[in-house]
Amino acid sequence: MTPDIEKLTKTASQVRRDIVRMVHACQSGHPGGSLGCADYLVALYFHTLKHNTKFNMDGHGEDLFFLSNGHISPVFYSVLARSGYFEASELATFRKINTRLQGHPTTHENLPGIRIASGSLGQGMSVAIGAAVAKKLNKDSRLVFSLHGDGELQEGQIWEAAMYASHNKVDNLISTIDVNGQQIDGPTDKILSLGNLRTKWEAFGWEVLDMNGNDMADVVRVLDLAISKTCKGKPIMILMQTMMGNGVDFMMHTHKWHGTAPNDEQLATALGQLEETLGDY
Amino acid sequence: MFCPMKKYTYTEKKDTRSGFGAGLLEAGKKNDQVVALCADLIGSLKMDAFIKEFPERFFQIGIAEANMMGIAAGLTIGGKIPFTGTFANFSTGRVYDQIRQSIAYSDKNVKICASHAGLTLGEDGATHQILEDIGMMKMLPGMVVINPCDYNQTKAATMAIADYHGPVYLRFGRPTVPVFTDPDQKFEIGKAWMVNEGTDISIFATGHMVWKAIEAGELLAEAGINVEIINIHTIKPLDEEAVLKSVAKTGCVVTAEEHNRIGGLGDSIAQLLARNNPVPQEYVAVNDSFGESGTPDQLMKKYGLDTEDIIKAVNRVIKRK
Repeated sequence: MTPDIEKLTKTASQVRRDIVRMVHACQSGHPGGSLGCADYLVALYFHTLKHNTKFNMDGHGEDLFFLSNGHISPVFYSVLARSGYFEASELATFRKINTRLQGHPTTHENLPGIRIASGSLGQGMSVAIGAAVAKKLNKDSRLVFSLHGDGELQEGQIWEAAMYASHNKVDNLISTIDVNGQQIDGPTDKILSLGNLRTKWEAFGWEVLDMNGNDMADVVRVLDLAISKTCKGKPIMILMQTMMGNGVDFMMHTHKWHGTAPNDEQLATALGQLEETLGDY
Repeated sequence: MFCPMKKYTYTEKKDTRSGFGAGLLEAGKKNDQVVALCADLIGSLKMDAFIKEFPERFFQIGIAEANMMGIAAGLTIGGKIPFTGTFANFSTGRVYDQIRQSIAYSDKNVKICASHAGLTLGEDGATHQILEDIGMMKMLPGMVVINPCDYNQTKAATMAIADYHGPVYLRFGRPTVPVFTDPDQKFEIGKAWMVNEGTDISIFATGHMVWKAIEAGELLAEAGINVEIINIHTIKPLDEEAVLKSVAKTGCVVTAEEHNRIGGLGDSIAQLLARNNPVPQEYVAVNDSFGESGTPDQLMKKYGLDTEDIIKAVNRVIKRK
């Protein structure tokens, strides 16, 4: 493991601790998808994005990220805090009254790092396209990233956006789908099968890449590869295979931890599996 | 007793949507951050002139209104001022959640511009004649709701909302209607326009109903009733001061709108008066039903939105004083 990958992996371990502690403290929230996407978001914010933690909504000259599956807010908040947008101590307020860390991300409370509200699914790709088009109009060569759940692909607006992005050559956009195969009511294959995602996205005119989303080296490699594919006339789609609940053994291999908080005992077990690397908040 | 009514005349009839098209072009010339989006209805929305002048600032979205609202929200991140254009039905009901989360709750500077509102869309029928849009949009926190009365006012409103920072719903229509307001007017968001001062009754009208209120006022004046007419072009934020001042003088109210009786201008006025100065009120509005096919004039008559309906409402409410 290179020093960079080792450092990112250690950061992801702390982010996973943050996630389970946040969800435990308010006894609500979505640990499963948050844990699964921890490696991707850490790699994005600590390796990939050119960004300024002195937050400015318009983000001129910066790479932008949009979280479309807003329910994995714990991982988003932890990564924003750990990368310096706000104090990590504020993570303790997650989902509590008067907090800036609402259950789902919002611009409404002026939390630095958030550029759009999300929670109602399927909307974030359209927003990311708009921001990417604005960058082109502004002659801003930085990129726009977005993350979506696989269950979220059941929303029709995603496919409206997919068509628009390829037709209009929105090639400064790198979208990622968290393919964990799970949604609230069970496996996606049982609820509403997504079919062959690679074939679907290729048919919609996107450049499609595969990623092992829980292997930090592969996450970094594919993000770098995706950037090399931008500005070539096609939007980029990363199909990111993850394990919901990754990092905590009893939260993996099931959809049951999509939106359930651990009790005191479960928290202790989970924290026993996750190294404290940057200091708990 | 003969009570003179301020004289309003017109030399031509034009559609308010053309006022939007003209205003959009002007707004685009004035501010290069103004961009426009359309969901396959360029001609209906009169966006051709803007597109010809600023092709690189126009985005054809296709028949995908939800995506259009999201892209508009995204364009604001980078400083653009997006104007979306489609029919009122597809601008509101079809995309309510997108507007709610990505625009209103996210505090995005998007101008939602909606043509073919109300019954006067005509022959296409109820699928396209939205009568609930004002209600839906005014319920969104922070949303400004504007329904201008003629070509000139729609043009002025379009230019004004480009200078205002925040989400706006601008509602206009398809039929040609009298052009009677000042072509050089300065449009003030949230500032009601006194059309005619009177003492017996306050008529608060919006959109196409303002001209009908003027027609009614002239006939009522001949019958000795001194009508105050106020154009509420901005339904939210409501000009509460103007409404309360008028009602303090007249003591009764008729509201007139091309919208469902539930949730529109009438309800905004009633809520204000209930809290401050309860007086008799009559509604000229669609009586909680869908529309149907027909010519605009036939529909306005059948659904109780004609000049004579305003006169009847005035006579009813004056008796209740």
